[in-house]
Amino acid sequence: MTISDVRAAIEAEDIKETWRDDVEINSACGADLMSDVMAFVKDQVLLLTGLINIQVIRTAVLMDIEAICFVRGKSPNQEMIDMARDNGIVLLKTRLPLFLACGKLYKAGVCQGGVRAID
Amino acid sequence: MRFHYTVPGDDFSRAGNASSEMKKALQRLGIPHEIIKRTAVAMYEAEINMVVHAGGGEADIDIDHGCITIVMSDKGPGIANVELAMQDGYSTAPQLVRELGFGAGMGMSNIKRNTDEMNIETGEGRGTTITMKIRIPEDA
Repeated sequence: MTISDVRAAIEAEDIKETWRDDVEINSACGADLMSDVMAFVKDQVLLLTGLINIQVIRTAVLMDIEAICFVRGKSPNQEMIDMARDNGIVLLKTRLPLFLACGKLYKAGVCQGGVRAID
Repeated sequence: MRFHYTVPGDDFSRAGNASSEMKKALQRLGIPHEIIKRTAVAMYEAEINMVVHAGGGEADIDIDHGCITIVMSDKGPGIANVELAMQDGYSTAPQLVRELGFGAGMGMSNIKRNTDEMNIETGEGRGTTITMKIRIPEDA
């Protein structure tokens, strides 16, 4: 699914400085714990999170995550936007809570978790 | 080839700078993608631990003979019980750190999962040195 389709499916708006339309999303991960993201994500995913701090962007950079959507109406600060833009990461934001954003994305066809099997 | 980074311990927002710089250096060296990712995640987790628990420290990275060796040393309080610290979900991180998305008790096992060898030298009041090795396959 293209990032444009994702944006529409989860009623999101993009953070303009970070936008690029060549990102493909095949799987997603909803999490507020960045250590869990690093422990379980194995594919390139869309990260959905309600966490707002610079470590969200840094985690995405280190994990090769190309797109993040902030849920529950939260907005990234300028430091986060700058780091995302410099590293080619698309930022989105939606007023939906995490559960509904994940649900709508799943219904739209992103059905893979992109995470390793849990032991 | 050697790299050295000082990890400041007074600013959580800068935690991870050294790992990000290391990742860029490995990319410039043409190291395989999957090896870079494992190295970056292991080093990032160790760097976060160093900032949260030990007031920062030093990171030395040596790339030689098909192996990346990362040594992270601090002069913090040390790890009282390494066996407990290795268990998923066990954490002594303060609430503030948890609110920032860390301290879930996954850090040490994340390091182990992403490295081929991991050695911890620590003790109460002695600081901590974590040595991590990630081998670069010959056919990579």
